[in-house]
Amino acid sequence: MKKRELAALIDVSFTLNRGERIAIVGESGAGKSILGFSIVNLISKPGYIESGSIKLENKELTTMNLRQLQEVRGKRIAMIFQDPMMTLNPVLTIGNQLVETIRSHTNISYKDARNIAIEKLHNVQIASPEKRFDQYPHELSGGMRQRVIIASVLLLNPDIIIADEPTTALDVTIQAEILQLLLTICQDNGVALVLISHDLGVVSKVAERTLVMYAGHIVEEGPTLEIINDPQHPYTQGLLNALPQMTIPGQRLNQIQGSMPSLAERPSGCAFHPRCPYATQKCKQEQPQFIYSGVSSVACFIIEDMLNEFTDTDKEAL
Amino acid sequence: MLIFLLRRLLQACFVMIIISVISFSIQDKLGDPVQQMVGMTVSPEERNQLRNELGLNDGFLVQYWRFAKGAVHGDLGTSYYYKEPALDVILEKLPATLELAFCAILIVILIATPCGVLAAIKPKHILSRLLMLISSIGLSVPIFIVAILMVYIFSIELNIAPSFGRGQTTEFFGFWESGLFNKDGLSHLLLPSLSLSIALMPIFVRLIRAEMMDVLQSEYIRFAWSKGLSARRIYFIHALKNTMLPVITVGGIQAGTLVAYTILTETIFQWPGMGFLFMDAVSRVDTPLVSAYLIVVGGIFVITNTFVDLIYGLFNPTVRLASHGL
Repeated sequence: MKKRELAALIDVSFTLNRGERIAIVGESGAGKSILGFSIVNLISKPGYIESGSIKLENKELTTMNLRQLQEVRGKRIAMIFQDPMMTLNPVLTIGNQLVETIRSHTNISYKDARNIAIEKLHNVQIASPEKRFDQYPHELSGGMRQRVIIASVLLLNPDIIIADEPTTALDVTIQAEILQLLLTICQDNGVALVLISHDLGVVSKVAERTLVMYAGHIVEEGPTLEIINDPQHPYTQGLLNALPQMTIPGQRLNQIQGSMPSLAERPSGCAFHPRCPYATQKCKQEQPQFIYSGVSSVACFIIEDMLNEFTDTDKEAL
Repeated sequence: MLIFLLRRLLQACFVMIIISVISFSIQDKLGDPVQQMVGMTVSPEERNQLRNELGLNDGFLVQYWRFAKGAVHGDLGTSYYYKEPALDVILEKLPATLELAFCAILIVILIATPCGVLAAIKPKHILSRLLMLISSIGLSVPIFIVAILMVYIFSIELNIAPSFGRGQTTEFFGFWESGLFNKDGLSHLLLPSLSLSIALMPIFVRLIRAEMMDVLQSEYIRFAWSKGLSARRIYFIHALKNTMLPVITVGGIQAGTLVAYTILTETIFQWPGMGFLFMDAVSRVDTPLVSAYLIVVGGIFVITNTFVDLIYGLFNPTVRLASHGL
């Protein structure tokens, strides 16, 4: 079999400020999760970071050895995963899994660690935390488990929380509660949040800034509310249109024609062009660069042309 | 817990009945015990009289009923050769076999676990590849060849350990002859238990490796990494505990294989245990002893698997019997 390397992320670049909440949105296969995992170098093998730079303050994360990374993981950057049913180890008690996190980063006694753990369980609104402390994951519901995971993430007061679709596996009522909890916790503790989601509805409630990803590229980046009110990139428009709220009751739901290309078959030029209703010849051949549209940074030739026309007519008017 | 044990007991009775029927029905296929008991000069009439006295001319059901009636009272018949109750003869040899099996299991656990874990953590490492190669060879080479080779190398050429017998033993509680508490006994135990463990080792190394690799792919392991835990903690606490669940189950089933291999090992090393006794009993057509052996082994198998289920509960909280008061 011929070995072939495929790039999951290309030219992805962004900054996250202290206490800021950003969202990464896109369909399945856009590279959102791998982006989240690569920040703390947790990509599953045989994947690896080929080039680029990921910095926490001034410390380069990509070149760190395992020991240095372990100090960052959990303590500075913590992660929440998609499926709470799969995230906790089934054979260890909740308490055990909380205490080990604290004790592997600090030199405090089991008793003190237990107190911190119980306090954090209390913070995420778990009733009778002392009882839960000694229970096993299977004795808790999905929503409860996600709360435990959030508590576990908060144990060491990290600077950044990366939440990979934290509500996808939960039912709708629990989703809203967990989202609200996450938001409050980030606001109260000044924690920066990277929220990975495919649901713009979820994103709009939590994130201040949004990055839209398609096929391993960022295609649009800007303030969440602006993007939602006035999406620039045709893909973002498509995503927004696909929300059930955007359709009149009784009408068919909108969708973006086609599907996300696999890594092996990424189209030339702008990767979105086969599905884009406005695609031109230029889109098929060249890679668009980011331009500021007045609403957001967007990588799209259509927007670029429109802006150019606009400035040209402006010039003529002058 | 009590309900669990009662249910187990009921199952055990059922299993034992089936084992006794099977072991009893193969009796007359082994040969003619009378021929082994008396000399060539005894006339056919006298032989037939002896058969009548032993009840061997009765129908199968009559014989089985007689046997079962005795068995319920702990009487599994009288050995033709030893002229003693078969059960007593076997139980006398039980400690030797149990000690051999126990040591072999201990060696398997102590060696197979780290080997399997290493092979799972670093599948591409030269040592892991070597381990996999050795375990493939171990799976395919028959145990008696390994055992004979070990006798040749360690006893004859290197003269490190004795090749047959139990050596010196110490008696405990008036019935348990143990070779575990003196140097001579232990040195006699070395080769038999090692070759017995080699028979089981490859399966466990491969099983632990496969299960561990599977577990390492799971989300909770990735989450453990994201918490910044040490690699040691992740491998040996988070992953190994989950890995052991299927391994324990298979371990219980392998108890049967272990019994089969004790027969071989004991024969090769002249180990005075139940397996050695069984082989002798078969060649002497000592049928009561053969059936008694099969029943005792069946009992051991049932007990082992009950223990395995209890241990499994300790490892896996989702099936824990806590609600029943364990």
